[in-house]
Amino acid sequence: MSEPTNLHYRLHVNGAEHDVADAWLGESLLYVLRERLGLPGAKGACEQGECGSCSVLVDGVLLCSCLVLAASAVDRQIATVEGLAPDGSLTDVQRAFLDEGAVQCGFCTPGLIVAVHDLLDANPHPSELEVREALSGNICRCTGYGRILAAVQTAAERRSEP
Amino acid sequence: MSVLVPASLDDALAQLAADPSLHVLAGGTDLMVEVNMGHRRPPGILAVDRLAELRGWRHDEAAGTVRMGAGLTYAQMAGPAFAALVPALTEAARTVGSPQIRNAGTIGGNLGTASPAGDGLPVLSALDATVELASSAGRRTLSIHDYLLGVKRTARRPDELITAVTVPVLRGWQGYAKVGVRNAMVIATVSASLAVDTVGRTVRLSMGAVAPTVLRATEAEAWVAERVDWTGGALANAAATAAEFGRLAAAQARPIDDHRSTAAYRRHAVGVLAARLLRRAFPS
Repeated sequence: MSEPTNLHYRLHVNGAEHDVADAWLGESLLYVLRERLGLPGAKGACEQGECGSCSVLVDGVLLCSCLVLAASAVDRQIATVEGLAPDGSLTDVQRAFLDEGAVQCGFCTPGLIVAVHDLLDANPHPSELEVREALSGNICRCTGYGRILAAVQTAAERRSEP
Repeated sequence: MSVLVPASLDDALAQLAADPSLHVLAGGTDLMVEVNMGHRRPPGILAVDRLAELRGWRHDEAAGTVRMGAGLTYAQMAGPAFAALVPALTEAARTVGSPQIRNAGTIGGNLGTASPAGDGLPVLSALDATVELASSAGRRTLSIHDYLLGVKRTARRPDELITAVTVPVLRGWQGYAKVGVRNAMVIATVSASLAVDTVGRTVRLSMGAVAPTVLRATEAEAWVAERVDWTGGALANAAATAAEFGRLAAAQARPIDDHRSTAAYRRHAVGVLAARLLRRAFPS
């Protein structure tokens, strides 16, 4: 049995180990990523799992990091938007978002990027309905979604090019 | 504050026995919202999300049942093998939140929170599910109807953990329907689950968010069972019968006005859902 204390626990994020010390144990993974580990890619908006802007992968599963208790995520492999591509480079999904103009204010973008990677890795050729369903937990208040849907199709088409 | 991450069910039960004030954390979709909003500051949390004993589901063909571990997520209930056995629960699971929420939320969490609007609960009620509770003193099983006591109140003792829930595999149509303000990310304004048992010759209807707990529409059930041609599988005077079925169900509902809707709308809508589900069950 492992029992994290408020003195110290350790998280595995983007392939690296991070020590969390002197933290309140009720903190969400979102809070710890942003405020304690200097990883501000996941955004905090609703804090109740409704907006998707804090989406991350935990052991390869798409989750809202605001609903993950950080101290219970010890031994998990956590992947954030920062870990999808090396610094200074873009993933194919990020490139497609830029090319299609799918970014407006940009606040929802990191969560969408993580969610689209999760979708395309499982379903390389999603229908528009499948894309809409897969992104139904990621709210964007600027774009009207049209260019986001176009970016997903562009990324999917480019992946299937020889 | 302490956070305990037990490695086995026995460890978890020993921790609960030692400190029944521990708050159980499964998928986090309810508890973490309350923590983030400052509505709850549990002194201790027992995280059960990685207990292997609570994972997965099993079809017992001899018994004609499906036993779900409490840690089964809504996403896992949406798989085709599960859907072939308990389709109403798959339908309900697909209406929960978003992919992120369905990846986290569990059937055990739905039972633990016991919200009147919990999406899985009308289905478990319609199927007369059995809830399995474990403590360091032993195990017991309770009918879902005895387990759910009121708004977020259950028969679970503080030293007990919900370990599993078992439902029968019925012969006959079953489904789930829900009214909310949009298609995704929405808590049920009202919901209903209907299950036909062609062997037992019953029609079960359970209604959500129209009473302190899910509510079986017993009068509508008894009335409609007399109007089904059980050998031919048809419903006499289908349109009129469905309308009356909906009226009887709505009459038995006990909805309230709250921030999500009005009692009058809920009563109307649950009758519409009941009639609609009955027509889906007997389409001819």
